[in-house]
This record gives sequence, C-alpha cells and structure tokens, in this order.
Amino acid sequence: MDAGTSELSASALVPTTEVAPKIYGVVAEFDNSDALLAAARLAREAGYTKMDAFTPMPIEGLSEVLNFRDKFVPTLMLLGGLTGCTAGYFMQYFAAVHSYPINVGGKPFHSWPQQIVITFEMTILFAALTGVIGMFLLNGLPRPYHSIFNTPNFEAASVDRFFLAIESRDPKFNREDTRQFMQGLGAARVSEVEE
Amino acid sequence: MKTSPRAGEPRTPTLPQDETFDLIGPGHSLGSVTDKIGDVVLKDRLRPGWLIFLAFSLAGLATLGMAVLMVILRGPGVWGNNIPVAWAFDIINFVWWIGIGHAGTLISAILLLVHQNWRTSINRFAEAMTIFAVMCAGIYPAMHIGRHQYFYWLMPLPNTMGLWPQFRSPLDWDFFAVSTYFTVSALFWYVGLVPDLATLRDRATSRTLKVLYGIFAMGWRGSAQHWHRYMALYVILAGISTPLVLSVHSTISFDFAVGVVPGWHTTIFPPYFVAGAVFAGFAMVILLAVPLRAVFGLKDLITMKHLENSGKIMLATGLIVTYGYAMEVFTAWYSGNIYEQFMALNRAFGPYGWSYWALIFCNALAPQLLWFKSVRTSIPWLLIISVIVSIGMWLERFVIIVVSLHRDYLPSSWGLYAPTVWDWAFYAGTFGLFLTLFLLFVRALPSIAMAEMRELVHHEEHQKHGDHSAHSSQTSKVEPGASELASV
Repeated sequence: MDAGTSELSASALVPTTEVAPKIYGVVAEFDNSDALLAAARLAREAGYTKMDAFTPMPIEGLSEVLNFRDKFVPTLMLLGGLTGCTAGYFMQYFAAVHSYPINVGGKPFHSWPQQIVITFEMTILFAALTGVIGMFLLNGLPRPYHSIFNTPNFEAASVDRFFLAIESRDPKFNREDTRQFMQGLGAARVSEVEE
Repeated sequence: MKTSPRAGEPRTPTLPQDETFDLIGPGHSLGSVTDKIGDVVLKDRLRPGWLIFLAFSLAGLATLGMAVLMVILRGPGVWGNNIPVAWAFDIINFVWWIGIGHAGTLISAILLLVHQNWRTSINRFAEAMTIFAVMCAGIYPAMHIGRHQYFYWLMPLPNTMGLWPQFRSPLDWDFFAVSTYFTVSALFWYVGLVPDLATLRDRATSRTLKVLYGIFAMGWRGSAQHWHRYMALYVILAGISTPLVLSVHSTISFDFAVGVVPGWHTTIFPPYFVAGAVFAGFAMVILLAVPLRAVFGLKDLITMKHLENSGKIMLATGLIVTYGYAMEVFTAWYSGNIYEQFMALNRAFGPYGWSYWALIFCNALAPQLLWFKSVRTSIPWLLIISVIVSIGMWLERFVIIVVSLHRDYLPSSWGLYAPTVWDWAFYAGTFGLFLTLFLLFVRALPSIAMAEMRELVHHEEHQKHGDHSAHSSQTSKVEPGASELASV
C-alpha cells in the first residue's frame, strides 16, 4: 500500500497554478507506544482536536487521550440482542398459537419454557451480527484507500511503529506550525501526507 | 499466571534446550513475533511433512466424498443403524466433533474474560479448529435426515403449505444452537483476523497476495478509533460466546435428556456434556499444537506452559466427567426404577460391556496421570493421553447412544448394532476434511494471533521495566486482551 508515497519535496512537482496540493495532515512516526502517548497528550494540550493515531495493537489509554469515547458498539449489540430475543420469542409464539396450532398431548399452545433455547440463540446471533457489522461500518470499513496509506513507512504501522496524525481539517491546523510542533515531539520522522 | 514454587511441590523437571515455561521465549520484540508468525505464511518453503499430511488428508477427503455420495444415492440404509438403534455413528460423531470445537471457544472467550493471558498464542488455531470441527459435525445430521434436499425445512422459511418447524423439538433447538454457534465462532475468528490480515497485506511482497489479503483486511489501518471499537466488540463477543458455548452442548444433551429412553432421561446431562466437550477439545488442541510448533519452529511462542496448562484443564474436566459417570450409576440405583437399574447393569455387563470399561479406563483412569508434573511436561505422554481421551470421549457417546438404545423397555424389541464399512468410511472422511482445512489454514493465515502476541510482548516489556510514566500503575496490571475493557 505504498501507492503515491510523497515526501515534502513532492509539492515542488505540482503545477504552479495550484496554490498547494491538498494535504491530509502531518504525520509523526514513533518507535514506541510511550512516546506516542506522550506526544498525543502534548498535542491535545496544545489544542489540537482532529487527531488520529495508528498502532500495531490496541494501546491502553490512547483513545482517552484522543478523546474517542463513543459507546455505539455496545449499544448496537444490546439493541441487536433485544431485537433477536423479541423476534425469536414471537416467531415461536406466532407459529405455535396463531399460524399452525398443534395440540401435543394437551400441552398449552403457548408453552414458553420450550421456547427459551431458540430465543436465547437468536439473541446471541443478532447481537453478534449487529456488533460485527456495526463495528466495521462505524469504522468506515471496508475502505480500500485512505490518505494515511501515503505516509512513508506506514507498512510498519501494522508491525512495530506508532504513528500520530494531526489532520488538516483541524481548526488549529497550519502546515508550517503544525509540522514544527510535531518535530518537537521526539518523533523518528515527520511527514506531510497528501490526500 | 506466575506461580511461586510451593514447599511440597516437586522440582521443575529438566526441559530440552528449546523449551520454556514462560508464556513466550526470551528476546522477542514486536517485530520478531510478527516476523516469526507471518513468515510461516509468507516465506516458508513447502515442507515435505506438510505435503505428506496433506496427501493423506486429501485421500480422507476423497473418502468422505465417496461416503456422502453413497448415502445420497442409496440412502442411509448403507449405514448399520436400524430399529432399535436408529441413532448410531451419525449422532455419535456429530456430538464428538461439536464437542471438540468447544475447546476453541473456551480458549478464545472464557479464558479471555478470566484474564488468562496464556491463551493468546493458542486461541487462533483453536478457533480454526472449532470452525472446522463444527463443519465436520454438520455433515452428519444433513446426511442422516435421508431426504437431503429438504434439509432447509429445519429453518423457519415461508412455504406454500404454511408449515413451521416444530419449535418444541430439541432437534430444532439443536439446529438453532449449532448454526448460531458456527456463525458466531466464524465472526469472532474473522474479527480477530482482520488486524493480522492487514499485517500480511503490508508485508506481502507479491502484488496478488497484497491485493488478496488487502481485500479481506477491508482497509484496516490500526487507527486508535478502529481499535477502540474493535476492543469493545471483541470483549463483548467473548462475553456472549461464553454462555453460547455452554448452551450449545447443553442443547445437544437435550436431544437425549428430553427423550424417555433409560440412560438418556437425566438432569446431569447438560453440565456433564459441556465438561466432556472441553475435555475432548483440549485433547485435540494438544494433538494439533504439538506438530504445529514442531514443524514450523514455534516452540518459543507455543511453549511448554501452554501444553502443561492444557493438560491441567484436561485433568479438571476429566474429573467432572468421572463424577458424571459415578452419578449416572448412583441415580440408576437410587431412582428405584427397574429400567434405569437394568440400563446401568447392561452398560457394564451387557453385550457392549467392553465399551463401558474401555470408557472408564480412557476418561476416568488414564487422565489421572496428569496429576504428575513430569507427565504434563512430557510431550510423548501428553500425546498418548490426548489420543486416549479422544477415543474415550467417542466411546462415551457410543455408550450413551447405542448401548442405551439397543435394550430399552420391551425385551421383544431388543437388538444389536454393528457399523458397516460406510459408517467407518464416513468417519474417516470427516478426519480428511478436518485435516485438509487445518493444513490449508496454517499456510494461508497466521496460526497465532500476531496483533495479540504484540500486545503480550508489549505487556511483558512493561511489566519487566516497571511502569513507564505514560502508564498509570492501575491500567498496566490489566490483562492485554481485555485491556480496553475499562475504557469501553
């Protein structure tokens, strides 16, 4: 995924009619998670809000620093589970009481204890499906292309390098200032990444 | 899971040079675990051992094809089951395969929730084992119904006759339980794989592989936002898989327990079936882990500690099933019911008495060797005991199903059962399917979860170096897999 790798010099190649190539943001690369966390904390204190970090595994406390606190996935799973539970139970109730009542040894048509297993399985099935589909959709996946893939050495973000991006849509973003700020964070490399 | 040696405990047995009791061999970094696991998929040569196994597995798969074709063309009459033993190899093997799958879910879900971080290097292939075992199991009922073209009648689908499946029947519960189990296991497995697929995408050198892994990685980029939602999902999936796995084998035991056949109609079945499933499953985990780590040089990732802990779980679940056997006999006597009492005596001294005593040897006596640390840390012993346990758990289902059915209430309807060559061919064939899938899996996908191993390495490093300023002392104690649970 190294298509269109661009270093700072790439901007020189752009025709002069355009002011500057549109950039995604400034990205800093770190070699350990502690440096990344410290940098993210400083950037937040400096007032940046549109940030993202890219790491090879989940890092404790990173989402708090970057202010991601959404609880959509658990909520969706709860709603999915409740839907499955209700649908599972009433499907059986409808079949046994209204649609096709069969008298089995004089047992009541609505014999709820016999409906528990299927109700339970449907609860789990719906919760799992909504959770997985919801996680991917909320994360905007599948998405084969993303500007961050233009970052130099980004392949290592899935192995052992840690990246912090300040996006250009941040109100406080300024190409020069942000780059200088990032260079002061002890990063192994800082690059401007095109859209 | 670091236990300090207690006073009375025997000294640690000496191990070969390349073995360790740590969770992970010395000197590993984020990059080195990724390389080691990823290279098996991306760089490893074709090993002769793998090819020989694959040739055998494909032969097994062909046997399965033949056996399935035979049942479709000639009907289930090619099998040995008939009245009074209407359920035999098909249900025995169905229950046996499903049971094997349960260890995978136990490792991936329950051990995650109880913060056993030794699960990390064995969960991926154990989950694969679950999925493949459930596939093998699923073939049996599909073939046993006789009219295979109507298998979808088990599903609540609209039809011109306005019919529904019989929701009061445990057989339909079973259908819902097993299909949910398969779906949720596959989802759990895939979600766990996505970050690893992204790693493979980033490391693959050939364009085709990059695109292929890229498609399945769905553009995963390891963003903090991704991980935040991913961890929330992963922990909750583990949480709901736990009651699910318990419900699946309980539901399978209802197939029997809800019936009124002596030997089936008993309340101990659900817990005893679940324990038996985990027991057989861990035996299969050992049988797969030992060649996997030896062939692909993964001894420092799947260490002696993992094998020993699997041995401990086998011992614990083995004791539970032994209690189950004791309770079955006790209940038969205490019930005062002559049919139940006859059933217990018939199991031990009837025409199939050999199977009962073999079962007691395999499941109750042989695992007692696992009390000794020297046995739990000896690979040949672990392999021998695992094979014995696998046979024992098969015999358990044979005793419950065939031996209970062949003599129930009326002596005039008693009969004997013997499997035919097609029963055996079918059983051998499912091994072929299972092994073929497993062998292809170890070469196409990382058989150890790379992202979780990186978490483990990261966690161990932080433990070793003490707490860094970036980590509060409270959070760094949390087990890696569940680390973001608090922040969800």
